[in-house]
Amino acid sequence: MSLQLENVSLTVNGQPHIHPSHLNLAAGSMNVLLGPTLSGKTSLMRLMAGLDMPSTGKILWRGDDVTGVKVQKRDIAMVYQQFINYPSMTVFENIASPLRLRKKPESEIITAVKKTADLLKLGAFLQKKPLELSGGQQQRCALARALVKQSGLVLLDEPLANLDYKLREELRTEIPKMFADSGAVFVYATTEPEEALLLGGNTVTLWQGAITQFDTSTRVYHRPKNLVTANVFSSPPMNFLDAEKEGLLISLGENSYNPLDPGHIKLTAGVYRVGFRPNHLMLEPKNSESLRFSTILKSTEITGSETFLHLQHQQQHWVSLLHGIHHLTPGVSIDVFVDPAHLYFFDAMGQTAALATYTQSLKSV
Amino acid sequence: MKKTVNQKAWFMVLPVLLLVAFSAVIPLMTVVNYSVQDTFGNNEFFWVGLEWFEEIIQSERMHDALIRQILFSSIILIIEIPLGIFIALHMPKKNSLWTSLCLVLIALPLLIPWNVVGTIWQIFSRIDIGLLGYSLDAIGVDYNYTQNAVDAWITIIIMDVWHWTSLVVLLCYAGLQSIPDAYYQAAKIDQASRWNTFRYIELPKMKGVLLIAILLRFMDSFMIYTEPFVVTGGGPGNATTFLSIDLVKMAIGQFDLGPAAAFSLIYFLVILLISWVFYTAMIHTDEENQS
Amino acid sequence: MAKITLSNLAHSYTTNPVSDQDFALKTLNHEWDDGAAYALLGPSGCGKSTLLNIISGLLTPSQGRILFDDQDVTNYDTATRNIAQVFQFPVVYDTMTVAENLSFPLKNRKLPADYVNQRVRDIAEMIGIESLLNHRARGLTADTQQKISLGRGMVREDVNAILFDEPLTVIDPQMKWQLRSQLKALHSQLGHTMIYVTHDQTEALTFADKVVVMSDGEVVQIGTPQELFEKPAHTFVGYFIGSPGMNILPADIVGNTAMICGQKVPLDASYRALNGELALGIRPEFITLTNNPDDLPVTVLSIEDIGRHKIIRTDFFGNELNIVSAQDHDIQEDMKFVTFDRRRINIYENDWLVTP
Repeated sequence: MSLQLENVSLTVNGQPHIHPSHLNLAAGSMNVLLGPTLSGKTSLMRLMAGLDMPSTGKILWRGDDVTGVKVQKRDIAMVYQQFINYPSMTVFENIASPLRLRKKPESEIITAVKKTADLLKLGAFLQKKPLELSGGQQQRCALARALVKQSGLVLLDEPLANLDYKLREELRTEIPKMFADSGAVFVYATTEPEEALLLGGNTVTLWQGAITQFDTSTRVYHRPKNLVTANVFSSPPMNFLDAEKEGLLISLGENSYNPLDPGHIKLTAGVYRVGFRPNHLMLEPKNSESLRFSTILKSTEITGSETFLHLQHQQQHWVSLLHGIHHLTPGVSIDVFVDPAHLYFFDAMGQTAALATYTQSLKSV
Repeated sequence: MKKTVNQKAWFMVLPVLLLVAFSAVIPLMTVVNYSVQDTFGNNEFFWVGLEWFEEIIQSERMHDALIRQILFSSIILIIEIPLGIFIALHMPKKNSLWTSLCLVLIALPLLIPWNVVGTIWQIFSRIDIGLLGYSLDAIGVDYNYTQNAVDAWITIIIMDVWHWTSLVVLLCYAGLQSIPDAYYQAAKIDQASRWNTFRYIELPKMKGVLLIAILLRFMDSFMIYTEPFVVTGGGPGNATTFLSIDLVKMAIGQFDLGPAAAFSLIYFLVILLISWVFYTAMIHTDEENQS
Repeated sequence: MAKITLSNLAHSYTTNPVSDQDFALKTLNHEWDDGAAYALLGPSGCGKSTLLNIISGLLTPSQGRILFDDQDVTNYDTATRNIAQVFQFPVVYDTMTVAENLSFPLKNRKLPADYVNQRVRDIAEMIGIESLLNHRARGLTADTQQKISLGRGMVREDVNAILFDEPLTVIDPQMKWQLRSQLKALHSQLGHTMIYVTHDQTEALTFADKVVVMSDGEVVQIGTPQELFEKPAHTFVGYFIGSPGMNILPADIVGNTAMICGQKVPLDASYRALNGELALGIRPEFITLTNNPDDLPVTVLSIEDIGRHKIIRTDFFGNELNIVSAQDHDIQEDMKFVTFDRRRINIYENDWLVTP
């Protein structure tokens, strides 16, 4: 293990910012911190970097206790949401700056800068000042500076948030490739679930300063341990409704059914919160077991490849994500269907009581 | 947020501490020392307790000077703050050569030493050779700041306004510059009147710098010495004898070190008290707005 | 509410524009229908903000006219044009309460108090901030403040148009879903002409009836989300819309067959003789991965499970070819071939769509 957090917490003026957390991040791994604004992503990163001192707990780097060791003395590179470059230096000098600080020989600097610049498609701009470049190029320059440093720990705090959608898409596929060979530990903070899945690697979901789950991204997505994780890791947000189990019978909204699924049969009697993802809420029943819900269509959004239906089911706001184009008039009541295999059951404490059974057939998780 | 703990930084403050000790703490303690003792020369001192303080607090001379001082500072604030805001609002907003020129012109009075300001106005207002005094007399205004108390006051107030309004302008201008364009656009779209734009956008955003401007101008005007000393010497009579001028008269003119020391300590406490009241009042309204 | 006409409109930030390059916005003629929802979509620097500022009256165009319901407003200022605008960052009057913020544009226009109160309550209810009406605007979260800005934009009934300048930039992704659908619902309730500027295709496509795609100061296509997706008029639209964008493969077209890297791809229709640079465009959604050796051979590079579907990245004779497939699509080792949905193939000549 490369970076270990043991029981690390942060309390500021009596307010818990980070609840006691454990985390082991391996060398050469991409780790995404996923959570909404103020969920503690940046606080956790600052603790990892040594910019803040944890209130409790230890931080170990390659087995050595580095708690309290200053950030200057540690081997860290950081990239922020804002494009931070030295405005008076050329792109070349910007990229070279970490090497100059280490007093590397000039020839080595030139080779390293050229190589990194080419990798990040900055080769043509080396003699320009950062402010003459576009946003995407400025952020590439900041990334290049982080990359050339060859640090053991690279922290990326929403690096693509200020970029255009398409540029984001490009850099998102490039970033993991760029850093892949360096063997460093990567930590990447984002608010977007899809970004976590696209980057691959592992995901740490955060909610109100607490780590709710840590595993490979696809596992966290398909096998959330609790309701909070499932909701954080779902875009559009997950759809929810209340359920009750009496004997074998499960009543779910206007439906009552005898589950066929062993996982659902095993559930103890009681009250549950049931969640399912928008792409599993369909206009046609998938099979004979599918449950039918009658809803009111509030609005539709068509992206060309997909259609989003915003639905009102009793007091709940649901979203259905359909493939293709569906022209429907808002205001009408329509029936929608969910296959019970796509239902997640959460208990009163918000813990997962039964995973959706479709996940058992997934090879990758 | 809790930062990496390192106590070594305190050593960096040591030189400053020493400097402050020599330049402020020790002189202040000397003043305290004088204020509770009397002397008849020969470096012999007697303990008199709070006698000097009682004397000063009860003295009519001190009361008059204090009233004059408060009146002066109030007039200064009432004129300079609104005038400063007004000028700042009418400065060109976009960065251009014109803006730089305005800024330089505005900043000019701030670059002139106090005693020079005093001398300029002293000569400027003279009725025999001064441009202002002579012109006023020529058009039939009965103006003579060396004999008429009201004229002396008007002269000193105009001089202070000329000298220090620039500071308020510069601070307010900086505050205004930090307002994003979108706010003005939104106000236009909402058809806010000029007054409403000021009231709901510019004033709230300028509040922080205005607080600083008011505090600075209050403290400075409350301690004003050089300019009235040069222009009027405190006269005619005692009409422009402000606290600091009175203090100097007492300490150096009459060499009453004990009462002068007590005077200066009371002076110091009054400034501290009023500044504190200003500050907490403004911070308080700020917090009220937030909750 | 009004129809907005842009007539021979162009803008340059230089005083004496000579070449095409000097124009931030190239000559444009367009009519915005009364009561429709439009989105201006494009990368940063494409001229969409310039166009928005010209419509709102913050910028006077170097050339051409702008008409609201056939009345020339080119030289009118923002207030006279009677439009509302919502900005990228929340603009709220800090010292006022939420209710005062919402009523501000109405009170400035001296509308009767009863009407103002009723209208403020209605709008607050529509955007779900009625419980905050007496709360001071300062100190509220960014998304609540942005809701107030949206509310202030919608509170006037008589506006000619409401303009949105990337209004969801500061909003959390989870909240975006909610606000976006609210905005859409508000449009159908209020019926104002709305123009929404963004670089985010999802926002543009979900919000608008018609999307105006811009690139390099030029409008490349105006169409419904469906048209932009199925028949991109230019390869840029194909690339910019969709995630991943359209696959563009250099091709030779002979009649009803396309030749790509020596492979024959049958087309749905016959094309006239084409010159210039030819390419075949196919959306990742319309390609299927198969194990049939008669189909086109590819090398699978990676399979990304992004939850609601899978993205398969492949190499097709040196060209990048992306495929989107359903989440439950079981991908086998021997699936090394692809087939194109013939009806969904578009042909481009010098980057512009050609019809058979």
